[in-house]
Amino acid sequence: MAITLSGSDTISAPPLSARLTTQQVWGILLIVPYLLVFLAFVVYPVGYGLWLARNPANYVALYNDPIFARAAVNTLIFLVIGINVKMLIALFLSGFFAQQRPWIKWLSVIFILPWAVPSIPTILSVRFMLNPEWGMVNHFIFSLTGDDGPNWLNDPTVALTMAIAVHIWKSLPFWTLILLTGRLAIPQDLYEASEVDGASPWQKFRFITWPSMQMLYVTCTLLSMIWTLGDFNSVYLLTGGGPADLTHVLSTLGIRYLRLDQLSLAMASIVCAIPLVLPLMYFMMKRLSR
Amino acid sequence: MKLPTLREVGTEAKLLLIGIPVFIWTMIPIYHMFLFAISPKEDAFSGKLWPDHPTLHNFHIVFYQEHYFLRDFWIQFWNSTVIALAAGALTLFIATAAAFSISRLKVPGGRWVMNLALFTYFIPAAFLAVPMYRTMGNYGLLNNHWSLILAMVTIASPYAIWVLKQASDKLPVELDEAAVMDGATTLQLFRLVYVPLMMPSLVAIGTYAVLLAWNEYLYAFLLLSKDTDITLPVALGNFLAADDSPWELLMTTGFIYALPPAAVYYAFKRYMVGGLTAGAVKS
Repeated sequence: MAITLSGSDTISAPPLSARLTTQQVWGILLIVPYLLVFLAFVVYPVGYGLWLARNPANYVALYNDPIFARAAVNTLIFLVIGINVKMLIALFLSGFFAQQRPWIKWLSVIFILPWAVPSIPTILSVRFMLNPEWGMVNHFIFSLTGDDGPNWLNDPTVALTMAIAVHIWKSLPFWTLILLTGRLAIPQDLYEASEVDGASPWQKFRFITWPSMQMLYVTCTLLSMIWTLGDFNSVYLLTGGGPADLTHVLSTLGIRYLRLDQLSLAMASIVCAIPLVLPLMYFMMKRLSR
Repeated sequence: MKLPTLREVGTEAKLLLIGIPVFIWTMIPIYHMFLFAISPKEDAFSGKLWPDHPTLHNFHIVFYQEHYFLRDFWIQFWNSTVIALAAGALTLFIATAAAFSISRLKVPGGRWVMNLALFTYFIPAAFLAVPMYRTMGNYGLLNNHWSLILAMVTIASPYAIWVLKQASDKLPVELDEAAVMDGATTLQLFRLVYVPLMMPSLVAIGTYAVLLAWNEYLYAFLLLSKDTDITLPVALGNFLAADDSPWELLMTTGFIYALPPAAVYYAFKRYMVGGLTAGAVKS
């Protein structure tokens, strides 16, 4: 038996191994385009950027720049408040959109619009709505109360809050959709059985929905953190970092330094975010590379 | 017809109490943009919910480039289109080849490449923009459309490869084996078996990359600067340079700019939902 097997092996081996090598050659040829892109536009820029940021004097300069400290605090506020509010609303709305009603189906089609349209015109639209003299919001406030509304984008706290609101407006539909997918994957009979046992809506959420969704929820929150760190548009197009550079976040600050021709300072400010970004990247890679 | 019970009315009312604010919240910025697009300047600035004299005159001004800020509108529209399509095609090519190589040909080190791609996917885009700008300068590509196309390919392809790899891992190995038995070469396997079976995911990924490039603002505004080179979003941002910007024209241009991606999104929603959201976050 062993002899016949090895005999047939020797017959089929040469074409098989030849096939394997052509296959491997093709495999390498087909992966080379991406590797080239990766080397030229990821490895080189990142390496070059880190090299530019190597000088400790940059970090002293950052430390002494009040705008940097403010931007770091703003980034944390943006992340902690923006993401948690967004994800909690998304979790809540995913339950709403899971209801089977024709009008809710229609609403879900409209609801996705902020995600489907580009953010630049819509953010600029909000920017004009908040214009103190001609904006729709202050016209509305005036017609209700007879008083002039606040100068929305001129107060750093309010302006940053508005930037967070714009960020939520833009990305809420996406996360609601993802959480809705997770919610719809929960077997219906679990709910039916709990109904028979007389469970309250809160108990259903607490003991069925949440346990099956918490991992998805945590993953979404972390992925959203990475994307929010890279959200340049919401702040830049709404406030431009102003008033008086008090509403910058790290992503807009890096670009600000770049525009001022302080490239190594720009890189250093990004390097300061690495302790926050690396654990997130590590966790997400572990989750997704399985 | 059965009358609804009190309880059913209560549930419906509660749902409406959520649904109406959600609708208003979603629509306000978009409606505001639309309102400006159909309003003459005086109406737009008066804060009315509907203009006294709705007009399409703003569209006329945009289409005929009859304003200082709009004198290169069509060439900018063309730039946006070309860059989005080129980035989409290139991403599709690179990502499909890589996913085929990793998932079907089991190229040695494929897992590594996948992880490197994922690593790129998790670099916040605005952070990569800073060194990318300098890199493009070093390559002599600044103010060249290729810089934006290649930057978009860099950003789009990691996710594209990941989604395509997930999808192609699901195709049975027996298919490849049967094709090879029938004497198919690797290229024929790719062209005649792999690509047709992967079509829904390829449509999703192509759309994803085109929309990403069409919508991109930050990289476009860093990498391109000449008025005849820039894309539409950069042109929109440039409106803000003046103190007395013609906001009604800005919103009209923005509205025109937002229409194609919205249309594409809804046209391919079927693929997008199946191919992208399912893969976006694996639970």
